[in-house]
Amino acid sequence: MYKILISNNIRRLRFFADEMTQQELADRTGVSRQTIVAIENGKYFPSLELAFLIAHTFQKPLEEVFTFEITEKEKSKK
Amino acid sequence: MDIKEKRILLTLITSVMTFAFYIIYVYQNILKDNLDLLNDFKFWGKSFLILIPVAIVIQIVVHIGFAIYIKVTSDEEIDPIDDERDKLIELKAIKISHHIFIVGFALSMGSLAMDMRPWVMFVILLSSGFIASIVNEILRLYYYRKGI
Repeated sequence: MYKILISNNIRRLRFFADEMTQQELADRTGVSRQTIVAIENGKYFPSLELAFLIAHTFQKPLEEVFTFEITEKEKSKK
Repeated sequence: MDIKEKRILLTLITSVMTFAFYIIYVYQNILKDNLDLLNDFKFWGKSFLILIPVAIVIQIVVHIGFAIYIKVTSDEEIDPIDDERDKLIELKAIKISHHIFIVGFALSMGSLAMDMRPWVMFVILLSSGFIASIVNEILRLYYYRKGI
């Protein structure tokens, strides 16, 4: 059994996109600013559609916006 | 706390207060001197039928007042869009609250099966509906704050 840890570089990408605000990114991707805040803070993992939209907004490939790490889950002791 | 969380909190407080005041009102004005009404189906039918529109109207009025207050006191957007995260949070919260109501419904039918008085069934039904709606709001608030 594997566990996936997903993180993102949205804060850094916003900085390099002329310090794009969370509201601007929200407007461009059609979600609320709170959703962008939640994604940045790792409190919400977006759908594939929204993830691609965010990547498209920054003109970056998806794996540059979202990164993941796979770790093996410990087997539960019986 | 953003506008959506404030709205949920407002709904929660309004629901609790409406329900509490309604119960107190019905008890003080109708039930106090005539407890036999508890076994009257007509009484329960009327109580449910009045509570539902009253609760809806109070919620609407309170939310209109809240929207006016927000418009006057801050520059926050009153009606931010509902996106995929909002829908997911709503679905998760509704799913759990439905389970609570289903348990309440089963218990209320159980009370009938065990030859309990009809008022026990109505009280369980009303309570489970109320608890389910409260849990729904609390869960939404929880998911907004803690993440999903």
